[in-house]
Amino acid sequence: MRTFNYRRRKLVDQLMRGLSALATGCAVIPLIAIIGYVLTIGSGAISWSFFTDIYQPPSNAPEPTAEAPEVAYDPNDPFANLTVEPEAGTTGSTEDVTNVYNAAPRGGVLHGILGTLTIAGIGLLFALPIGIFAGIYLSEFRNERFATVVRFCCDVLSGSPSIVAGVTIYVLVVLQTQQFSAVAGSMALAILMIPIVTRTTEEMLKLVPETMREAARGLGAPTWYSTFTVVLPAALPGIVTGVMLAFARGAGETAPLILTVLGSNIITTDIFKPMAALPLLTYRYTESPYPGENTQAWGAAFVLMMLVLLMNILVRIATRKSGGNSR
Amino acid sequence: MSAVVLQELTPFYGARQAVKPVNMTLASNQITAIIGPSGCGKSTVLRCLNRMHETIPGAYAKGTVMLGAQNIYAPDIDPTMIRISVGMVFQQPVALRTRNVYENVAVGLRLQGMSNRADLDAAVERALRSAVLWDEVKDVLNKPGTALSGGQQQRLSIARALAIQPEVLLLDEPASALDPIATASIEELLMTLKSRLTIVIVTHSMQQAARISDETAVFMVDVGAGQSIGELVEKGDTTQVFTQPVDPRTESYISGRVG
Amino acid sequence: MAVRISIRTADYDVEGQMAQQSTPPQWSTGKSPLRHGDVPFRAGTVALASAVVLLVFAVAWMLYTSSQEARTAFGWDLLFGSTWNPVETELNPVSFGGWPAVRGTLLSALIALIIAAPLAVAIGIYLAELCPLALRTPLSFLVELLAAVPSVIYGVWGVFVFVPFFSSTVAEPLSATVGAIVPWFAGPIATGRGLIVTGIILALMILPTIASLTRDVLRLVPNTQREAMLAIGATRWETIWLAVIPYSRAGIIGAIMLGLGRALGETMAATMLVGNTQRISESLFAPATTAASLVANELTNSVGSLHESALISVAFALFGITLFLNFGARLLIWFVERSSRGGRS
Repeated sequence: MRTFNYRRRKLVDQLMRGLSALATGCAVIPLIAIIGYVLTIGSGAISWSFFTDIYQPPSNAPEPTAEAPEVAYDPNDPFANLTVEPEAGTTGSTEDVTNVYNAAPRGGVLHGILGTLTIAGIGLLFALPIGIFAGIYLSEFRNERFATVVRFCCDVLSGSPSIVAGVTIYVLVVLQTQQFSAVAGSMALAILMIPIVTRTTEEMLKLVPETMREAARGLGAPTWYSTFTVVLPAALPGIVTGVMLAFARGAGETAPLILTVLGSNIITTDIFKPMAALPLLTYRYTESPYPGENTQAWGAAFVLMMLVLLMNILVRIATRKSGGNSR
Repeated sequence: MSAVVLQELTPFYGARQAVKPVNMTLASNQITAIIGPSGCGKSTVLRCLNRMHETIPGAYAKGTVMLGAQNIYAPDIDPTMIRISVGMVFQQPVALRTRNVYENVAVGLRLQGMSNRADLDAAVERALRSAVLWDEVKDVLNKPGTALSGGQQQRLSIARALAIQPEVLLLDEPASALDPIATASIEELLMTLKSRLTIVIVTHSMQQAARISDETAVFMVDVGAGQSIGELVEKGDTTQVFTQPVDPRTESYISGRVG
Repeated sequence: MAVRISIRTADYDVEGQMAQQSTPPQWSTGKSPLRHGDVPFRAGTVALASAVVLLVFAVAWMLYTSSQEARTAFGWDLLFGSTWNPVETELNPVSFGGWPAVRGTLLSALIALIIAAPLAVAIGIYLAELCPLALRTPLSFLVELLAAVPSVIYGVWGVFVFVPFFSSTVAEPLSATVGAIVPWFAGPIATGRGLIVTGIILALMILPTIASLTRDVLRLVPNTQREAMLAIGATRWETIWLAVIPYSRAGIIGAIMLGLGRALGETMAATMLVGNTQRISESLFAPATTAASLVANELTNSVGSLHESALISVAFALFGITLFLNFGARLLIWFVERSSRGGRS
């Protein structure tokens, strides 16, 4: 048998295959490490009160019996009155400050969890009608020239940095109303959610076989009727998938919220006022000088990570069930 | 040129056995046609002859295929090297997208380390002449291969296979995507090539098998036990297979389709 | 999926019957309320689809008008001026030179790209071409999952785990030895935050993005191209290198460009890791700033409209460059998609 350059070629083949496997391994290890760290350190940071309690300033004093810290709250400057005061029974000496510094983490992130669900939920309400109808348009009138424009604009939105969405809403809403608010944050998140919902809706509707539309048309049904009664129900599981991914994306965004929601230390129900959010807490606790709050940053990151994991696994199950393994 | 001898060759897709063990000899310097209904495993068996079958994830084959004195399924054999000796042309004409006509033919030679321009020029011209394509493309060697017509692309595929001077040429329904004129030119080409090569062609067209082959192997689907499996039912001289088939299944297949 | 259409099919279902009817079917006369529905249906979808377009224009228009004040005052100095000083002091007048931020953005994204692009393309190749079947689905899922991890989590990990690790094992020894000669690696390492750690974390973040896009693009290559190479005795790698990658080259470049766009615009990980100082230091270990983190840090605390306008100009530049990158990348990927759909092979 003829064997041209056999050894060299075989060697190159094995080398390059090995290298690409190695590259995959090398890249996957730190990425798994991130998830691993968050899950292990984060789960160590959480307790029952982590989910049921709200912010408590670092302190050595026993847990206050009252549910909420008794501080005057100014909605336009939520951090104004939150200074670390000497607790009852302490003197405010250097030793006490060191003790406070090393105090175990207290309080929880319930306000952040509720805030994130509220802000991302309202964001989804803004994004859903636009996203789903734009998706229907892109799928059912896919050959129109305007569809290309819409598709391009979707790509622009999904590709532009999230901070740009934040800046936009900061200028158009926060500055106009002179008020940071949860609903402004929802608007910023909606800008980021719209392209996800639109493109998934489009893709999922396109997966619905053309024969189904033809069958409906053959029976004399107009386009809108067949879209709502035949095409949309068939694509629904896939669309729900996209909506869940959009929610997860919105819930994890931080930068736009810094510019729009600001954050808060208490549970608020007024969506026209600043509100707490998990990613904001994660960020603030990470930058905090108190080790106890740093621990809580891991805890908040853990909760966020669980949310993302949960959504993605649900999506995985949903797409597998419907057989729509589009990727 | 060496004959190809299949001994108990059994292709699998994962756990599913695709064809019952095949035993047959493909004579050298002859055209052997493999015919049969779709799903009978004829393409699968063909792809086992240069170990292309196993490039499909999960697919493998048991048994022996002797190429001359060499068992191509011996454990120390590299399938890559087998494919140098056993060339293959597919149903769909393939022009490598990013290469011009010249490079489409030269690519196999370059893999083998040929880099001298004069040697390459000569080998490319020889291969294109063998594939009866030279006169049509000698002025457009720098054009992309995809710019050629379907029939030309299929002959380009044959030229690419011939350039590395294989001993055996396998063709998997090479004319099924082509119009009748292109088909005729491919058939004519195969007739001229058989003096130098062992040729095995899978075809769905019994007329084509009858026109060009010396010997014919007939595969059928055996639907039993809830699972369909391919099976070699008859192999013999083409005239004999088409006029006096031994196996009744061959007869009903041929008469049903031809008659 | 059952077709649930509850119209009176007896009247209109078969074309032949419609022709025989003495009165034309109601669909075609437009009298039917159902048929009427198509006009508002199309109008409705077009209207909401237009909202997407409008949104893009709103973003662009807002960035343009709100940045006008600073742009007329400073011009290109907003990007290339070297001093960023929002508050007037005795020594320094107010000045908005964005070069520290622009430089930090470009350098951190460049570091990210140098690390991530080769690795990610290799991963894409592994996932699409070489990976054993049993590993393909879980690995792909993992890569997609990692692309979905919020950036603030990368930031947390970077601050608490990676920065201390990197400072002690890489930055300090390197600055103590090579740092004396090469200013890029000069010390001192104070907090450990700086461009190089930002770049590395950004690399981790854009890796899954580039890898999964590369995999998608490679999967678009028709199998006939691979088989043609294998059939002439090419090894797996030769097949990939000589047929698959050339075929999808434009798409791979597109994937890398999208990754670059993400690295340039990434805000949280940069804000948490870059150190946020306007001082330009030659050392990659020293704190710096990026455009996105500058905006995130200063916009809500801006002192006066000129400061605000200058920050919005920076955001405008960021939007412009990512728009450009996205446009180019989508064009390249679309090019591969189109050529794999049309044509014979």
